[in-house]
Amino acid sequence: MHIFANPARFVRLADKIMPWAVVVFIGTLGYGLYLAFFDSPIDYQQGESVRIMYVHVPAAWMSMFTYMVIAVSSFVALVWRHPLAQIAGKAAAPIGAAFTALALVTGALWGKPMWGTYWVWDGRLTSVLILFFLYLGYMAIWQAMDDEEKAGRAAAILALVGSVNIPIIKFSVDWWNTLHQPASVMRLDGSTIDGSMLWPLFMMAIAFQAYFVIVFFWRMKLEIDRRKIAVLRLQEVSGS
Amino acid sequence: MNASFAIMISVIMRDVRLGWSQGGTGTMSLSFFFIAVTLFPFGVGPEPQVLTRIAPGVIWVVALLACLLSLDRLYQADYEDGSLDDLALSPAGLLPVVIAKILAHWISTSLPLVLLSPLLGLLMNLPAEGYVQLVLSLAIGTLALSFIGSIGAALTVAMRRGGVLLSLLVLPLYIPSLIFGVTGIDAAIMGLDVLPHTALLSAITLVAVVLGPIASASAIRLALE
Repeated sequence: MHIFANPARFVRLADKIMPWAVVVFIGTLGYGLYLAFFDSPIDYQQGESVRIMYVHVPAAWMSMFTYMVIAVSSFVALVWRHPLAQIAGKAAAPIGAAFTALALVTGALWGKPMWGTYWVWDGRLTSVLILFFLYLGYMAIWQAMDDEEKAGRAAAILALVGSVNIPIIKFSVDWWNTLHQPASVMRLDGSTIDGSMLWPLFMMAIAFQAYFVIVFFWRMKLEIDRRKIAVLRLQEVSGS
Repeated sequence: MNASFAIMISVIMRDVRLGWSQGGTGTMSLSFFFIAVTLFPFGVGPEPQVLTRIAPGVIWVVALLACLLSLDRLYQADYEDGSLDDLALSPAGLLPVVIAKILAHWISTSLPLVLLSPLLGLLMNLPAEGYVQLVLSLAIGTLALSFIGSIGAALTVAMRRGGVLLSLLVLPLYIPSLIFGVTGIDAAIMGLDVLPHTALLSAITLVAVVLGPIASASAIRLALE
């Protein structure tokens, strides 16, 4: 872990990973979209609208994954005080908020033909909405404080407190058991989705993950550069 | 241990006295609670069935907002006049002080709401079966609200306009308490078992009691640096 705390080493590593992530992203997105639109069966109950799943489910997975990235980097930032961990949390938050918004919007569009309504106050929907608010709060606290070091640590405390919500989201569908269906892919007794639908879903999940890596590294590098420029400006002012 | 206990008692006494002195937060949140609840019959109409249906939710939401209103002053007054620095240097450490301040906040703002809630239940036409659970769930639930809210108050203590941000940070974390507080009262009204709801509400409160002071103390240390 400590090896990657050096920003210069991180930038070198990120530059090496980036091209591969782009290749994986384009490849899996193209193949996954082709499968999702043309080479996967329609559902016997849901018809064509089942194809929304190939965007909705990966977005929902990523909304939780990104929050876990923020929570882990917040923990590292608080315990070991690595500036890079703070930067990681800050860089990941808007991406996670976007994934959460995407999951909510696609879910609403899928809910209208299937459940007859865009929105219900069901356990899973409500807890994902809470997750979206948590992202907003996390980003707001970054903006509300002038001292970046302090803002980062305050945001980290909030992110760790909010991480209590992640298991609630994961298990909400088993606990409340309302309109949203229970977990179908990741469960102990094996997936209940047929392979012909699982494969495009899997491809899209990898594409979303690769997209996250690209934007995440890109935003982290931008943040490192921004801080470098701020330091250089400060030196210039104090030097003259 | 005894020293920290003595400090806690004196902080609680001091804060409760301050909360109930002239212009303190205690009387103001109580009046807010009363007035805000009475707005609902004007808004939704005075039909008794409608009021019965929404009574548990309205009373809970307004209690939650009343708690939120007084939160931004929880640490801010002490931060501004410097007594928070003093308290942080106390031999017992910051943690007992934080716990004491949260308990004092609960005693001076939420406990009066809990005691007043049956009267508002009466005004909102709450059925007789719901009163015990209304008081019980508010008593357990508002404790969690104070402990969770303290984290937001501590994070925003150094900000000049922290109040709006405070509600953005804290309200999402309040939702689980609100859900189980209200479902418990609904269950009591329908004659169902209230134990599962009360148990879940208590579990949330216990988690908040453990996590709240630790997170608040580290956020205050951050602000005092």
